Amino acid sequence: MQSKRTVFSNRALPYMLLAPQLAVTAIFFLWPAAQAFRQSFLREDAFGFSTQFVWFDNYMRLFQSASYLNSMAVTAVFATSVAVLSIVIALALAVAANGMIRSQQTYSTLIIWPYAVAPAVAGVMWWFMFNPTIGILSYLMRQAGYNWNHGLDGTDAMILVVIASSWKQISYNFLFFLAGLHAIPRSLTEAAAIDGAGPIKRFFTITLPLLSPTTFFLVVVNVVYAMFDTFAVIHATTEGGPNQATNILVYKVFDDGFIGLNLGSSAAQSVILMAIVTVFTFIQFRYIERRVEY
Amino acid sequence: MIENRPLLKLTAHLVLIAGVALVAFPVYLAIIASTHGPTDFMSGVIPLLPGPHAVENYRQVLASGVSTSGIPPISLMMTNSLIMALTIAIGKIVISLLSAFAIVYFRFPFRALAFWAIFVTLMLPVEVRIVPTFQVVANLGMLNSYAGLSIPLIASATATFLFRQFFLTVPDELMEAARVDGAGPMKFFFDILLPLSRTNIAALFVILFIYGWNQYLWPLLITTSSDYYTVVMGIKRMADVADSYPQWNTVMATVVLAMLPPVLVVICMQRLFVKGLVETEK
Amino acid sequence: MKKALLAALLLSTSLTQANAAEIQWWHAMGGELGAKLEAIVADYNESQDEHTVVPTYKGTYPETMTAAIAAFRANEQPHIVQVFEVGTGTMMAAEGAVYPVYEVMADAGEEFDPANFLPSVVGYYTDTDGNMLSMPFNSSTPIVYYNKDVFAEAGLDPEQPPRTWEELEQFSQQIIESGAATCGFTSGWISWIHLENLSAWHNQPIGTMENGFGGLGTELTVNGDVQTRHWENLARWQQEGIFQYGGPVGGDDAPPKFYAQECAIYMNSSASRAGVVENATDFEVGYGMLPYYEDVEGAPQNSIIGGATLWVLQGKAEEDYAGVADFFSYLSSQEVQAKWHQETGYLPITQAAYDLGQEQGFYAENPGSDVSIEQITLNEPTENSKGLRFGNYVQIRTVIDEEFQALLAGSKTAEEALDAVVERGNELIREFEEING
Repeated sequence: MQSKRTVFSNRALPYMLLAPQLAVTAIFFLWPAAQAFRQSFLREDAFGFSTQFVWFDNYMRLFQSASYLNSMAVTAVFATSVAVLSIVIALALAVAANGMIRSQQTYSTLIIWPYAVAPAVAGVMWWFMFNPTIGILSYLMRQAGYNWNHGLDGTDAMILVVIASSWKQISYNFLFFLAGLHAIPRSLTEAAAIDGAGPIKRFFTITLPLLSPTTFFLVVVNVVYAMFDTFAVIHATTEGGPNQATNILVYKVFDDGFIGLNLGSSAAQSVILMAIVTVFTFIQFRYIERRVEY
Repeated sequence: MIENRPLLKLTAHLVLIAGVALVAFPVYLAIIASTHGPTDFMSGVIPLLPGPHAVENYRQVLASGVSTSGIPPISLMMTNSLIMALTIAIGKIVISLLSAFAIVYFRFPFRALAFWAIFVTLMLPVEVRIVPTFQVVANLGMLNSYAGLSIPLIASATATFLFRQFFLTVPDELMEAARVDGAGPMKFFFDILLPLSRTNIAALFVILFIYGWNQYLWPLLITTSSDYYTVVMGIKRMADVADSYPQWNTVMATVVLAMLPPVLVVICMQRLFVKGLVETEK
Repeated sequence: MKKALLAALLLSTSLTQANAAEIQWWHAMGGELGAKLEAIVADYNESQDEHTVVPTYKGTYPETMTAAIAAFRANEQPHIVQVFEVGTGTMMAAEGAVYPVYEVMADAGEEFDPANFLPSVVGYYTDTDGNMLSMPFNSSTPIVYYNKDVFAEAGLDPEQPPRTWEELEQFSQQIIESGAATCGFTSGWISWIHLENLSAWHNQPIGTMENGFGGLGTELTVNGDVQTRHWENLARWQQEGIFQYGGPVGGDDAPPKFYAQECAIYMNSSASRAGVVENATDFEVGYGMLPYYEDVEGAPQNSIIGGATLWVLQGKAEEDYAGVADFFSYLSSQEVQAKWHQETGYLPITQAAYDLGQEQGFYAENPGSDVSIEQITLNEPTENSKGLRFGNYVQIRTVIDEEFQALLAGSKTAEEALDAVVERGNELIREFEEING
């Protein structure tokens, strides 16, 4: 691991400098993670009076449970939809903005601010717009002959949470695409133009391939976002319903643990999720490291 | 030279205007809704033009809250959010600066282990290990306290990495010169490294402030007393009312107030925000 | 001088207030009910200066209960928590966590006679030895609210609520056809009204072993003919626009549909009365008993209660419990109960409160306000209609909501949905039995 060629030689000082970070990590990250691991092998009543050691029973029940398998499928659909929707829209906006000279800054400002809006707040706003009784969007859809009802129709509910989650993420993707576009040498596009390639052909033969590292990075980030940071969107809107149609894994951990009070199962789900995050983090980290080497 | 096509340019403008409208529309509606009276939401469709009740709605939520939904005055909740966001942002920056300094400028046993221990926090988002973390915080008696709201979220692998990368680019000569002058490590840290990191700190602060302000699940779980409610978590509580319909006008007034501070931060410090976002990459 | 004296007086009272023991009470009463609850607490706090009760709204019933359990594990529990009736099984099994009310009262030397309470209310919360484990506070039963103006406009008798489900369907059709409203009826609390009460009202078992009163080995039996028929009807009525779904749990979307005169009939807790009176300002409201299927033998039997009781949690300072006992005596006093009952629509939990209402002429002045009492005491309760007691029932309620949504969404038939309720519900009951048995 890298450090300076020459370093300070104090013995105790580095430990003292690291102490706060390590203490917080140990108490609030490692210890709870270990607890989750331990708890995932136990079965306990709600109040914590009786505890049994059940080996892998919690895990086995999970993988036999229709609702957990459903939750995995729901998460996959949700994460893919959010990533695709927010990336495609952001890419279109970034490409459009990249062509602007004077107005680029203004457009950027107007597009990036939703990054600052809390997921919960975004959820409540879209919830309001889709409200079956008074919402503007459900009203428009009724006019168009579609009876919108996210309270009953699982697909409608999924669309709602996908839109609310993607809306917030567009700004983030937009910024990265814009930075990626800025990095494409103008000479390349110009050369292609001289060769007679039209704007659409240039986009698919030059811009898109050159953006692929950015796109790959954004896919990972967006999937991680959709899987773990959208808890608030779900909780503030559908609460996993109707009939578990939007019950993503991270929501289920909370729901089974805090609402269902099934601590063993919730802990087992935590452990599985931690394993998933680990995989994603390594993918992401490898990418960052590679970029650093460039 | 790339050809100039007015039609293409026009399409691009249209796409951008549609994009801007898409991101702005929900907020526009929220603002409009916050200017109407409670009865305007009983039936029909949401009004699209401002109503006359803005002042009284905002005055009501700011000053008195909604006691029957257990909602204290929003001004109190916004203060709590501010305290939480600032503590998290400053705390993360301070402990990350110190750790990065230790990792880059010292060689000591278990350095790699420490680095990996910090790295692990990336893999354990609070949502994932929510139940045991709650139990730990509860056992430490930190429910209903500003410490409980902020300290468990203060460890930051990303900030540590960012400072580590930055320190690695700082020329070695500076440190050697400092050593020649007889400056100790902490003097070097405060007199040279810290001033050099100013922009990075500011950029990171913007991102972390937003992160802290927007926390939802954590304050929802660990506050049982309304004295410590934060504004983002309070909205959900306002929108859920038994045996009555939500008072959309006050809910939306709260929504607007809840997003105002972080949005202002982004708009006013756009340059720093972009730098912070693109460099932290997460 | 006078002013200074007053100031000193105020100061001294506020000082004693600060010294008074604080009794934390977590509750789930939002909106109008919350305001009334806070008023009762404020009156109590003013009536004496030894204790201060601090009410905190913790969200919905399930949220309040689970928050209290999580807090108990973290040793941050309140003294008193309001738990809805379906949490009774879980709370009863948690012997180390709850401080049974009869003991709280006895230990504090507080005068307390369970015989003063209405049997159909306390039966739900009494153990097999006849001891009252929790303090009934707000018990209700579902009733029918209807819009008299819409009834008149549709050419129906505004004084005649639908008696049977057949009538309800017919009335609804007439209302929709006449254009008086766009929907016949909506309802809160699907699980409570259209499964649990439906069963009791038609004298059908909800589960084996006396609906679970007989022990943890119980099993659900809600997939019987009557229940299947009713769910089939609900799904059809929803297709035809006669019925509009109000959402899971309490059905938050239902009341606005009624207040906005979109739906002419509305089924919900008798305690929704406070909200209805407050919000239904543009039309006149009528009250009626739940409809029944005429051809089912034994119907109508009696409806069962819902609402919540107050459980006392262990682990607080001993002297605080004297305050809890004192507060409970205040809560169940004739005046407080009569006022609470009359203002909110909750059942009077003591005979005395009911009698007081009679004396005051409240029921004569407010027709319909005693529908709930009549309905719950219509017949001597049977094994099928005295209530229910299942472990993990909070989670089973979620299952019922989910399966009902699957039914309405068209992905399951009524039979499939109810079979799934029984199967998934029994799994949860078995889990509870494993852990607590």
